[in-house]
Amino acid sequence: MSYLDNPTPIPGTYFFDGKMASKGYNLNKMCYTFNDKQAREEFLKDEMAYCDKFGLSDVQKQAIKNRDVIGLLEAGGNIYFLAKFTGILGLNMQDVGAIQTGMSVEDFKAMLVKAGE
Amino acid sequence: MAKIIGGITTSHIPAIGRAISLNIEETPYWKPFFDGYPPIRKWLGEKKPDVVVLFYNDHGLEFFLNKKPTFSIGVAPQYISADEGWGIATIPPVTGETELSWHICNTLVEDEFDITICQEMKVDHGLTVPLQLMWPGNTYGHIKVIPVCINCEQHPMPSLKRCFNLGRSIAKAIESFDKDLNVVVFGTGGLSHQLDGQRAGFINKPFDLMCMDKIVNQPEELFQYSVRDLVEQAGAQGPELNMWMGMRGVLSGKVTELHRNYHIPISNTGAGTMLLENN
Repeated sequence: MSYLDNPTPIPGTYFFDGKMASKGYNLNKMCYTFNDKQAREEFLKDEMAYCDKFGLSDVQKQAIKNRDVIGLLEAGGNIYFLAKFTGILGLNMQDVGAIQTGMSVEDFKAMLVKAGE
Repeated sequence: MAKIIGGITTSHIPAIGRAISLNIEETPYWKPFFDGYPPIRKWLGEKKPDVVVLFYNDHGLEFFLNKKPTFSIGVAPQYISADEGWGIATIPPVTGETELSWHICNTLVEDEFDITICQEMKVDHGLTVPLQLMWPGNTYGHIKVIPVCINCEQHPMPSLKRCFNLGRSIAKAIESFDKDLNVVVFGTGGLSHQLDGQRAGFINKPFDLMCMDKIVNQPEELFQYSVRDLVEQAGAQGPELNMWMGMRGVLSGKVTELHRNYHIPISNTGAGTMLLENN
């Protein structure tokens, strides 16, 4: 039996497994192109047109539009590829953490410091 | 014969590369982390390794999800550090060790590890940040690097036991390689961190410290943790412990801990640094 067969969810945690990888394939494929500077520039010129080029679903496009990281994860986004999208927006991992937890960036950073005490 | 002289664990967080670029290693946020490295650099300077076998994971630079190998090994004469999309500075090309790389691949497949063999590989922060940490000023030009990449991005991921045994088989290959080379092994990544989900920012210090204790002389005791257990106890990115276990598997002799450092937080992570000598 695979460790993935355990049906009990881990709160606040997504498993990027086969189901999610299939669901998010186009979204992640788009984000993979952001390794390339030209692609980043093309995206910024017309975000929705760039999403259409990769066949993103309406839900995925809306989440891109709203900078909704949790929405993107639920739509099959993989955090490593999403990081290339949030990077274009100038967001680092503490910013992305704050967005997902609904905290201010300062509170999120304070929580990390507290974990070390 | 080639000799395995020791193992080093280190975080490979992109923010470290940025801190190096900005020259802010001595600021209060960064100092407790960077202070963990001078003893390791001194040891490297004295032992003068010829080759680094470097366990890392690729965070979406070389590998996309169209083809995602569980284990991949570089056999190239050179590896290029490339644009990752969000601004980390690239470093000069990294030299490979083709002959030993192929010898390792031959042994692994003989041992039933069906690896992906790569003659070209762009390498990301998982590999470049550790080199920058060990050889400041990118003075790693004299070192030959063998990249061993483990999938930590898409489930299913291999178990700690599997990665340890991969390391065991790599050790067998190194120790049967007919050249007088000193080899050091890096286990990069970790320790506990979670980048995604509402639980982002989760760090588990007691679990990290337990892993650092066990990996020295009781690594097999960590086999009890499944990948799911690692996600639960060390965060969604906790399975990066697999790279440490691969490293530990390569240390085939008597292992002595010479140095360690542990600091929270670096970015979203508990950063563990260790120097293990292999005799």
